[in-house]
Amino acid sequence: MKDLSARVLNMAQMRGASYADVRVVNRTIQMLGVKDGRVQEMIQNESQGFGIRVIADGAWGFAACSRDDYPDVDATVNHALQIARASALTKTRDVRLGAPEANKGTFRSAYKMDPFMVSMSDKINLLLKADSEMRRMKTNHAHLVTTAELVFVREEKTFGSTEGAYIQQEILESGCELQVLATDEAGGVQVRTYPWGRHQQTRGFEFVLEQQLVENAPRIAEEAIMLLTADPCPAYDATTVILSGNQTALQVHESCGHPIELDRVLKQEASLAGTSFLTLEKLNNFQYGSEIVNLTADGTVPGGLGTFGYDDEGVPAQRADVVKDGRFVGYMTNRELATELNLGRSNGTMRAESWNRIPLIRMTNINLLPGAWKLDDLIADTDDGIYFDTNRSWSIDDKRLNFQSGAELAWEIKGGKKTRLLKNPIYTGVTPTFWRNCDAICGESDWVVWGTPRCGKGQPPQTIRTGHGASPARFRNVKVFSKS
Amino acid sequence: MLGTDKLKQLAETALSYSKADQTEVVMQVTDAALSRFANNAIHQNVFESNVTLRVRIILGKRTGVAESNDISPEGVKRTVDTARAIAQLQPENAQNAPLPKPLAPLPVDAFVARTADCTPETRAKTIVQLTRQAAAQKLVAAGAYRTDAYEIAVANSLGAFVYHSGTVADLHAVVMNEQANASGYASSSSPDMRDIDGEYVARTAMDKALRSQNPIALAPGEYTVVLEPDAVASLLQYTAWNTFNALAVQEERSYVRGRRGELTFSPLVNLYDDGCAQDGYALPFDHEGVPRQRVSFIEQGVARDVVYDTFTARRDNVVSTGHSLPAPNLQGPMPRHLFLAPGDKSREELIGSVARGILVTRFWYTRLVHPLHVMMTGLTRDGTFLIENGQLTLPVKNLRFTSSYVEALKNTRAVGRETKLMRDEMYGMNFRAPALVVEGFSFTGVTQ
Repeated sequence: MKDLSARVLNMAQMRGASYADVRVVNRTIQMLGVKDGRVQEMIQNESQGFGIRVIADGAWGFAACSRDDYPDVDATVNHALQIARASALTKTRDVRLGAPEANKGTFRSAYKMDPFMVSMSDKINLLLKADSEMRRMKTNHAHLVTTAELVFVREEKTFGSTEGAYIQQEILESGCELQVLATDEAGGVQVRTYPWGRHQQTRGFEFVLEQQLVENAPRIAEEAIMLLTADPCPAYDATTVILSGNQTALQVHESCGHPIELDRVLKQEASLAGTSFLTLEKLNNFQYGSEIVNLTADGTVPGGLGTFGYDDEGVPAQRADVVKDGRFVGYMTNRELATELNLGRSNGTMRAESWNRIPLIRMTNINLLPGAWKLDDLIADTDDGIYFDTNRSWSIDDKRLNFQSGAELAWEIKGGKKTRLLKNPIYTGVTPTFWRNCDAICGESDWVVWGTPRCGKGQPPQTIRTGHGASPARFRNVKVFSKS
Repeated sequence: MLGTDKLKQLAETALSYSKADQTEVVMQVTDAALSRFANNAIHQNVFESNVTLRVRIILGKRTGVAESNDISPEGVKRTVDTARAIAQLQPENAQNAPLPKPLAPLPVDAFVARTADCTPETRAKTIVQLTRQAAAQKLVAAGAYRTDAYEIAVANSLGAFVYHSGTVADLHAVVMNEQANASGYASSSSPDMRDIDGEYVARTAMDKALRSQNPIALAPGEYTVVLEPDAVASLLQYTAWNTFNALAVQEERSYVRGRRGELTFSPLVNLYDDGCAQDGYALPFDHEGVPRQRVSFIEQGVARDVVYDTFTARRDNVVSTGHSLPAPNLQGPMPRHLFLAPGDKSREELIGSVARGILVTRFWYTRLVHPLHVMMTGLTRDGTFLIENGQLTLPVKNLRFTSSYVEALKNTRAVGRETKLMRDEMYGMNFRAPALVVEGFSFTGVTQ
């Protein structure tokens, strides 16, 4: 790897690049899926290649290739330089990266059980058992389709730059998901998942075992069947909602994580994902949420799906405040934009999906810091409200203001107790109004770093893995309704 | 690009390594370039070259799959060995489907050399023309211009070998005036980059941005809408996924289950999937090498057929229609070349037929709320206008809808005569669609 890295960087400099970096990536993904009691999917995918990013004539170019023989390396370096010079035809200023980042180091995800060393038989048996436990709940009036999946990822990545950086990392991920689709002759269709769609962390097989898939399988099947005959969620213009920990995590992802991406703020994502309502004048000058709301961007949380040693510009992973006591205090940045706006050193959030994509500002682990409540106490403290559990659909506008979310199930809360199961619940709101109405956040014992493994951004499209530490939280004056 | 002979040689090498009952090899070659611009300048500019090999091995009732982009002889052997090891390690699956027998697809010409050879300088030239026009109007343009060349080949141990090559040229732009809370969108897409009309994209996106300055807030409620083709593409995508694929019917979550042969939608609606159509992004076979059939979903409002892969076809005792994703998979067959047949109305006539309603340029962040009626939510974006007495009168702040796409196809009142080719890169789908007039479309919120 060191040879390829040095060769690429040397070629780029000799041919006129004022800066170059190269990532050599080898990524293995193992996917196992059981559906309705049968092994439906067993795949191992290996992808390797290198991507070179250059600055020439003051502008960016990037080229990537899966083959590393001399003619391909030579052509790829030339292509990156040709592309950079074409970019320069439209530039309005030269790219500046600020102080050099000449870091040298290594990083390896912390894990106990390497999932690639666990036998396939053990993994399949776990899925078959969980699937069987879901199907065991089948009734005469409900048709069930059950799915159980495991995903494991190992990414070995070498980063080098003409500034002298040389970094080697091994990121390991484990993920799992159970799903029950329940239908009936009346046309009812309901879905329950566990832990919440696919949950994933940068940990080993011990993460999967901790999820207790087999133990939770019958419960979600039973809930899916109960939802078929449950009452629809009633409509309220303004009521109290409590979001489960995983729903709070998604709320953080969409209404906080994306709008603090500085490239969005500066309209660099306008052609696809959109911009952000958190415009520059709001930094340190905007009440994002209530005073109990504290958010961080933290690439160092143990096990988080957005945890790593160094980002794809060679900057160390960091923990940065985003919202402090409800006030908006920080963006996620990269070297170029932090320099442009005099924001100091990049806070290390540039990541690429793989060798064939450029790094972009991506969420690390965007965490809502825990409060002091316990979930049972929070429900008991709520006279009239609705508890939303596990996301089913999500949508938000291109400035990240108007959002709408549907959950797999909800519970009506009356007099401090969960009284009635509700189906097809939806809540909707506007980001800062919603977060300013947050009046309670549960504590450490309910706090989980939820993994969101399918965050899309960029052109060509990239999917990246992000994490969100969150616990259940309560929000006042929220619009709620139901649709099916 | 590798060409037919090299891919055939690669397939033969992989098949020769395999001692399985049946073996399938899927090879994909990608040379993809994209120039992305924002704030009237190119800020991301990329190229990727990749070759992937996917090997499916069947041992009795067991299947194993391995993928790799190491196409050296050692890499190919390792991939075959990995697929075989995976197959050996799993329990038997009684529903395991054998590989499809060789069938010859229709030859379709979808490769345009000038698109494959397009340089970054050529893309930059088109982008400069666009951004200069925007800057001259004190507008800010963002967008992307991609030019891709690709090959796909499928071979199997039953003697099948099919090959296809194609190109993609796709330009789109969002032009903004942030101070006036205004934006406009336009796009142009074709296998041949000569068809890419940068002037049209610039003119249309700028016109919408200039017209949409200082929009008014419109109260949520049910409106008649004129959906322009980019908005219609979302309607087709989610309806086809959730309704017209065999797995959705088999799993009892499709609206057309029990309704096929019945007048279910507006008689003006004719919807089909055609992977061989020359006026689309043709790909004449699927990932199992099965020729793609033209499948009619809706004929004059009558619900007709659904798409199949080998697995779902075997369940219903029919033949695959050639709509398999890489097999086996959990998702089922997928229609990816969707066509909504044109009607007879010009854009002006569509707008002119609406007494009071909303023109929607495109939808954004559309998500499934509930599958059976394809209940969706999402927002309007980059050009939303009030229609009064058949005229576009005022720009409107973006609205959130929560509305059924099945109902939209029932409530379609008019169909435009001009169609537009569009692509969804995230999901690898292609559409050719006209504009529609739809009654009773439900908006449930307003953005700022």
